Amino acid sequence: MKNLIYICCVLLGWNAIAQQTPAPAQTNAYTIMNATAHLGNGKVIENSVIIIENGKISAIADATVVRMSPIGEVINASGKHVYPGIIGCNTTLGLVEIDAVKASDDDREIGTFNPHIRSLIAYNAESRVVETMRPNGVLITQVVPRGGRISGKSSVVHMDAWNWEDASIKTDDGIHFNWPRTFSRSGSWYNPGPMEPSKNYQKQVDELKQFMTSARSYKGNGKKDLKFEAMQKIFSKDAIAYIHVNGEKSIRDVLAFIKEQDIKAVLVGANGAQNVTKELVAMNIPVLAGRVHDLPAREDSDYDMPYKFPKLLHDAGVLVALENSGDMERHQARNFPFYAGTVRGYGMNSEDALQLVTLNAAKILGIDNNYGSLEQGKSATLFISNGDALDMRGNDITRAFIDGRDISLNTRQIDLYNRYMDKYKAQKE
Amino acid sequence: MKKVLLLLLLASSVAMAQDYFPNNDDITARGDVVVAITNATIVTQPGTVITNGTIILKDGKIQNIGSGVSIPSGAVVQDAGGNYIYPSFVEPYGDFGMKKPKTVSRGNTPQYDEGRKGYYWNDHIRAEQDAMDFYSYDEKKAQSMLEAGYGTVQTHMHDGIARGTGMLVALNNNGNDGDRILKTESGQFFSLSRSRQTAQSYPTSLMGTLALLRQAHFDADWYANGNATTTDLSLEAMIANKNLVQIIDAGDKKNVLRVDKLGDRVGKQFVIVGGHDAYEMIADVKNTNASLIVPVNFPAAYDVTNPYQEWYVNLSTMRDWKNAPGNPYVLSQQGINYAITSKGLKKPSELLSNLKQAIDYGLTADQALAAITTKPAQILGVSNMVGTLEKGKVASFIMTSGPLFEDDTKIYENWVQGSKHVIKDRNRTDIDGTYTTSIAGDAYEMKISGDAKKISIKQDTIKLGGKLNYDGNWVTITASNKDPEVKDFIRMTSRINSDSGNLNGTAYLPNGNEVSFVAIKGAPSEKEKASKENKTTKKMIPLTFPNVGYGMTSKPQEETILYRNATVWTNEKDGILENTDVLVNNGKISKIGKNLSAGGARVIDATGKHLTSGIVDEHSHIAIDNGVNEAGHNSTAEVTIEDVVDPEDVNIYRDLAGGVTTAQLLHGSANPIGGRSAIIKMKWGYSADEMIYDNSPKFIKFALGENVKQSRYQNGVRFPQTRMGVEQVFEDYFTRAREYEKSIGSSDHRYDEEMEVILEILKGERYVSCHSYVQTEINMLMKVAEKYGFRINTFTHILEGYKMADKMREHGVGGSTFSDWWAYKYEVNDAIPHNAAIMHSQGVVTAINSDDAEMSRRLNQEAAKAVKYGGVSEEEAWKMVTLNPAKLLHIDDRTGSIKKGKDADLVLWSDNPLSVSATAELTMIDGIVFFDKERDLRFRESIKKERQQLINEMIAAKNKGLKTQSPKQSTKTLYECNSLEW
Repeated sequence: MKNLIYICCVLLGWNAIAQQTPAPAQTNAYTIMNATAHLGNGKVIENSVIIIENGKISAIADATVVRMSPIGEVINASGKHVYPGIIGCNTTLGLVEIDAVKASDDDREIGTFNPHIRSLIAYNAESRVVETMRPNGVLITQVVPRGGRISGKSSVVHMDAWNWEDASIKTDDGIHFNWPRTFSRSGSWYNPGPMEPSKNYQKQVDELKQFMTSARSYKGNGKKDLKFEAMQKIFSKDAIAYIHVNGEKSIRDVLAFIKEQDIKAVLVGANGAQNVTKELVAMNIPVLAGRVHDLPAREDSDYDMPYKFPKLLHDAGVLVALENSGDMERHQARNFPFYAGTVRGYGMNSEDALQLVTLNAAKILGIDNNYGSLEQGKSATLFISNGDALDMRGNDITRAFIDGRDISLNTRQIDLYNRYMDKYKAQKE
Repeated sequence: MKKVLLLLLLASSVAMAQDYFPNNDDITARGDVVVAITNATIVTQPGTVITNGTIILKDGKIQNIGSGVSIPSGAVVQDAGGNYIYPSFVEPYGDFGMKKPKTVSRGNTPQYDEGRKGYYWNDHIRAEQDAMDFYSYDEKKAQSMLEAGYGTVQTHMHDGIARGTGMLVALNNNGNDGDRILKTESGQFFSLSRSRQTAQSYPTSLMGTLALLRQAHFDADWYANGNATTTDLSLEAMIANKNLVQIIDAGDKKNVLRVDKLGDRVGKQFVIVGGHDAYEMIADVKNTNASLIVPVNFPAAYDVTNPYQEWYVNLSTMRDWKNAPGNPYVLSQQGINYAITSKGLKKPSELLSNLKQAIDYGLTADQALAAITTKPAQILGVSNMVGTLEKGKVASFIMTSGPLFEDDTKIYENWVQGSKHVIKDRNRTDIDGTYTTSIAGDAYEMKISGDAKKISIKQDTIKLGGKLNYDGNWVTITASNKDPEVKDFIRMTSRINSDSGNLNGTAYLPNGNEVSFVAIKGAPSEKEKASKENKTTKKMIPLTFPNVGYGMTSKPQEETILYRNATVWTNEKDGILENTDVLVNNGKISKIGKNLSAGGARVIDATGKHLTSGIVDEHSHIAIDNGVNEAGHNSTAEVTIEDVVDPEDVNIYRDLAGGVTTAQLLHGSANPIGGRSAIIKMKWGYSADEMIYDNSPKFIKFALGENVKQSRYQNGVRFPQTRMGVEQVFEDYFTRAREYEKSIGSSDHRYDEEMEVILEILKGERYVSCHSYVQTEINMLMKVAEKYGFRINTFTHILEGYKMADKMREHGVGGSTFSDWWAYKYEVNDAIPHNAAIMHSQGVVTAINSDDAEMSRRLNQEAAKAVKYGGVSEEEAWKMVTLNPAKLLHIDDRTGSIKKGKDADLVLWSDNPLSVSATAELTMIDGIVFFDKERDLRFRESIKKERQQLINEMIAAKNKGLKTQSPKQSTKTLYECNSLEW
């Protein structure tokens, strides 16, 4: 922690009001020496050397095996750990600044079928919530619109940019579907009744299918239809259909839907998927597992079901990463590393748990050619931590890079911390 | 039509004489009609049977009853033909004949003050309602109750928290109100449900309802002493009716206990209307010593044939289906005085069939009969009139074909006030059965069932279409041709000859010929007989503690346990001790040291594991029933969470699995002065009262900022709407409390629970835990408190505490905060995760809390964030979820550290408890193991097994043709500070 303060104070100086300035493009090379490198692909190099040039990892090797001469700035990370930037899937970062202030909320458009809606253009790269991701190692997130049967298009962004255009890693990577619920709450808002089987489920599924059929028939040669046009990338498999769904029955219905529609799909949330793993593996459908820090879905469920859920899928051979939608989802996105840490507590090995928020996420988002692991030729999007980054006590980040850019780890929160600690120090003097 | 004529005839013959009424319809000098019913098996009351008995009826009363009673000359004699006679049933809790109250909708703008003048300050107190004012005899409803066997009903207006008086009505469809109204003001009624006739906000919660009932009673006493300067018709009625039977509709088992406690507080023993679930807390229910009125609206089986839907049905819900019909049996076993009501049944006629279900579980016929006759009469205090058949009592009785609770028994007649209501003509012969006949050389088999409503006809083995008509003494049967293409029919007619049981008559053939036929009635098949005789008593599923999934098979008991070779986080000056043993005895930590001798203790090998004191969550809203906020007033010091602790919330178990042993259950933050807290230990399987700390330190919730000024309302109408107003709410209440204090002891002193509580705060006897965010309000409240001579104990949330840490230390207030929450509303814009570290660094006693059922179960991780954000040492960070909150709650002399003599509230962790990967393996409270990871695995297996067993039984019930209901998932409402719904 002291290092962090040191960096904040010395390298960046006071900057209490302005947002953190994005780092310029990499010019000088960096060599990180002697760190334990967690590659994000399940492997670890205990004593590594990592060379960063032109935004890329130009070399990564076991220093005890390969001798490489360092170039550029040499960062001695002996006793420290290097990780690929943590990737948070299915977030609404940058779309909302303060939940309860409606004027600052841009995450939820009205309407049922909104494939044309694009989250990226509302992504506020200068959000004060966004900047708090960096000191925890969360460097890449997927920004997703909410609401409707089809919410719209997400994009994948990094966490250090002047504007949304610069932030984008993958624009319009997928379209988000909210699968109908089989159970819905009865009663009124002030006197809620029990959850009962939804009478509208089949009707809502049929409406969605009807929309898909119409969109597929659309050839664009008549009157333009922006909604249908937006769907074409789903049919050509150039965009991923992220289907947000919970409950075993719905998941099975979704699998049939995916087959029927012949689309490239990812399940989001997916509680109950532990009973459908055979089918998921056979169809090669990955899952963004719902919140690790959640309550079990019913009274009789194992108390640790949300904690071990990703492991159950992983053990069965499903490609799985983590997501975090729900109450308070934005500021909690900085806890992605700790979600992985929690899963580790319920039996997953450490490097596999890391993959849940690194390479697996990159694979699912389709950015693994460049992100998600520490491999030669990939983007130098990584960070150095004093300890185990999946543990709160070890997650003490001294340097972080996005595309080789040496980014600021300061935040307005850290400024406030320093400001008041200084006040109290002065009182004592 | 014939029936109606018959009824009219009888009605005129038994109408009671009203000599002082002028009569311009006819002459008045007519004789008295006396009816004698002879040759009956009379059950005068449960357990007392007169064989070959006679009842003499005159003027609607029983003039005489017995065997060998002499029949007065001139009496109309009716031979009962050996049929049974029972007292007609008494409905103790009906709404018969009551007008529907006019429902006032709750609009967008809440109504905070009362809508009527001249009555109580709260519109839900409607004690002035007199059942007579809403009554109009409902013949159709009466008919349905008569058919079910009821002769008398106590009815009242089912609306309001105080509902006024009831009345006792005889269900005499042949009489008039002059005859039928047996008693007015037959009891004073209360409930826990808001009135529909008003939109007044208060109460918005169960705890508010209980507080309102208490205060209304205190106010009634005060009013009775003539202290009020204005008229209050509600209180006047409450006072006038206080000597009547006091009946309160509580609903479920937990509310039964709650209203009894309320009764103790206001000096009343209520008759309590409970639920079908009293068996689940039977010992506590028995301890109330209250008479109960319970429904028999047992849940139908859930349709669990679809596994995806079945998944949503909780085990506890399934168990309730299985066990509910056993409730009356358990009540009887325990010697609890109770009556049964038809409340909650779709139609009154379900009463008998549901009672038969109860009998299947071991209730005796006499107990069942008592619960619908003598018990309701006794509980209502009307045994002198109804409930038994004795000389001088109201002549209300039913005549049945056999013993009341046998399967084939039918109710023939229901005599009310000596007036006969025919339910089913007893002279009509029962023709149900299987017949065989031969007509024109073809053999037919006919099965008549459903009280001559259904017929199935077979010619040889071919099923024919058949129709049956049974009217008067004639049966006509139509049978189709065995070839469905041929549209011709055989018609059979028969006049019933009750002697032979066979059908004799004429068959009209399709060719126009007429032949005579005899259809011979067969004996009941062996299978039918067997199904009747093969009844064994059904068994309830044994209760668990609590009676939900993950409940223990028996209430867990304290053990002597030695933790061997643990890393012990003492939270004391010894710090963290490696390879140390801790001995637990008599619920306390008895020894800490190396190589302790085990003696008789169970030894737990803790090698490589960490032992800590249990986590204390300073701010939790789990385990609360029906509302965390009483939002109806800007101050609600009169309410207390202690009234509404829910010991069955599975989140208690989940908290244990996260190492939590103690929590403060706080009122929400809807108002500046909220309600009182409950500080509980997570003693899963124990009662709410056992969970609440003995001699619990007294706490109350205050709140500041956005929630109390209703920032999410478009147009708030409740004061205050600004932080400026919030200060004045405190000034106002504190000022009034000081004035209230002066009035204590004066003759016109009005006991005000709210003021009593606020006074405790001013006197420093009750601690304040205040929801707060920004520095302005934090500072303000400290200044207001100082002005009134007390100090705030805890600022909870306190996300800008870091800006005020020096002033907080000076004031002496602690801070209980979130580790890293922010950005969810405007007032947390400056919240920083270093808050705990800064407050701690400035000497403020700092805790990290949850305010959230999910976070509560991993507070160890939240504590670890204090290491990350601000560099707090591990030992000090750990204290933020153990010793520090214990200090803030003033329970650190009992819990919060591992020290000889303290309560054995301990958690064994797989790892350093601050590790993100640590899991709780064993959690004990007071030396009782409440969570054990190994045991949890066994629970999972037993839950699976028990669910499957019940699923099978439900499917079997469905296949048998029993009613089912669609699967439902009942979920506990998860409360946060600003939750307003019930």
